[in-house]
Amino acid sequence: MAVRASIASRLNLPAGRLARREALVGVLLVMPWFVGFLIFLLGPMLVSVYLSFTDWDLLTPAKFVGLKNYRKMIFEDPLIKQALKVTTIYAFSAVPLRVVGGLLLAVLLNQNIKLKSFIRTVFYLPSVVSGVAVAMLWLWIFNSDFGLLNLILNLFGIPGPAWLSDTRYVLAAFVIMSLWGVGGSMVIYLAGLQGVPTDLYEAAEVDGANSLTRFWYITLPMISPVIFFNLVMSIIAALQIFNQAYIMTQGGPQNASMFMMLYLYFNAFEYFKMGYASALAWLIFFYILALTLLVFRSSSHWVFYTGSVRGK
Amino acid sequence: MKFDGIAKNTGLEASRRMAAPSLWTSKRWQGRLSLVLTYALLLFFGALVTLPFLWMLSTSLKQMDDIFLFPPKWIPDPIVWSNYPRALSKVPFLLFFKNTFIVTFFAIIGTLLSASLVAYSFARLRWPGRDICFFIVLTTLMLPHQVTLIPQFIIFRELNWIDTLLPLIVPWFFGGGAFNIFLLRQFFITIPEELDDAARIDGCSYLGIYARIIIPMSRPVLAAVAIFAFQNHWNEFLLPLIYIHSRSRYTLALGLRLFQEQYWVDWSGLMAASTVIMLPVLLVFYFAQRYFIQGIVFTGVKG
Repeated sequence: MAVRASIASRLNLPAGRLARREALVGVLLVMPWFVGFLIFLLGPMLVSVYLSFTDWDLLTPAKFVGLKNYRKMIFEDPLIKQALKVTTIYAFSAVPLRVVGGLLLAVLLNQNIKLKSFIRTVFYLPSVVSGVAVAMLWLWIFNSDFGLLNLILNLFGIPGPAWLSDTRYVLAAFVIMSLWGVGGSMVIYLAGLQGVPTDLYEAAEVDGANSLTRFWYITLPMISPVIFFNLVMSIIAALQIFNQAYIMTQGGPQNASMFMMLYLYFNAFEYFKMGYASALAWLIFFYILALTLLVFRSSSHWVFYTGSVRGK
Repeated sequence: MKFDGIAKNTGLEASRRMAAPSLWTSKRWQGRLSLVLTYALLLFFGALVTLPFLWMLSTSLKQMDDIFLFPPKWIPDPIVWSNYPRALSKVPFLLFFKNTFIVTFFAIIGTLLSASLVAYSFARLRWPGRDICFFIVLTTLMLPHQVTLIPQFIIFRELNWIDTLLPLIVPWFFGGGAFNIFLLRQFFITIPEELDDAARIDGCSYLGIYARIIIPMSRPVLAAVAIFAFQNHWNEFLLPLIYIHSRSRYTLALGLRLFQEQYWVDWSGLMAASTVIMLPVLLVFYFAQRYFIQGIVFTGVKG
């Protein structure tokens, strides 16, 4: 305040006018975001609620049908159960593997080893190049006759399955593919591990704790906030899996990889059932929200915040 | 290493320990063993992670028949460089490249400009309702893009922007994404406020402070935002899929799918094209690794 008064006197302005000018500039600068918030977010969300109560094919005017879409979703559409099922199975296999695998790699890499930054780069590369090109690459790797994966399995005398066209293996294929990007969470863990104060380890060593004990009683609690962060981000990402599935399987075989976002896309942009797709969008949203809230609720039991970590 | 691993699990080790306990239980030996194990595991996992890349490169340089050999040849013989020009001329690759570049370039400009100005206002200027607005920004971080997907499509349809690049660019000029606003704001508040005050006393305007103090001091975090934006827009698939229909406006992500439409898949061509599409991202990552990692540290641990 004192500074503001001195600035005001220096500029020959009353302090109140200066404050008003600052407020004006502040509001003006935020305007683009605010307008964007209204037309790209808040407005669309309200429209989406309305649309979910209508039948609309984009060509004829939208028809209000009340709860029909929701009723259909819950009681009639067997595909939605399938979509929920495969997405959940995928998320519950891919997320733990990613969270634990990333941590394992980070702990390995967080030692006094040579070429550390080079190795870190190697592991991180797959998460840099996500996208269609990666999906194409894995399409080729999973090729049942000449793909890399089955060639390797063949070397060990294991006949490889038709990964992407066998209902029993297609989800496993997507889990394997997601595991390839484990370096993404590894890098975040590494940052967290570097924040663990070394004197804790030294004290434990003096007390005779071995490396496993140190990991369990020091490392894990100290980086539990980072584990929590990775867990939440991985869950949200896994439940919204789309690109890989659209490119590699289109939901097949026999809807065995019909993930929720894929089903939403088909309804909206191939069958042009905008109303039903809007209702689906809300279902997906609340499903993600529920799982995320569950993790948040559980976090008070296992996420450990120290003053120093939180303060950072 | 193998010997150590076996020895540890057999009676051999136990008898040795009795004979020379100081040798096997000493810190130095344990440390060395765990180091060897660490290297072995890292090498193993590192190889697993690298293999797909090598496989892609190898396939992209093979002649047609060599793709279907067992056991596979890792080093192509002969090396068929012509796969690359063949793949790139099969689809109008240069055009797709241009489209992707336009989208990525303008979206990054929009993100940087818009998010930094908004973040500056949140971090530095005092105005009524600011904290409520920032709270809204934070809540929108968790908001579902799947819910807004369809209404946004309808908005752009009303604007007659379907089948143009505009829906992929214009939204980024309106705030630049809640996450980026949050990230930049968190960084801006760490810049000492005395600098602003000094500049104000010397008659610098608010925008002057933004341009001469805040932006120059935030280069690393702006670089991180730009790089993440580059990565996202370069790889984006769902939005082009929804908004773009004519081939002449395809981005690379859409264009690559044309390879799939053929009766049989030209794997070496597809892998060559995939390599080319991945290359810019890999190059940017290589040269800007520092900012990448800093950005991740900032978002993951401090965010």
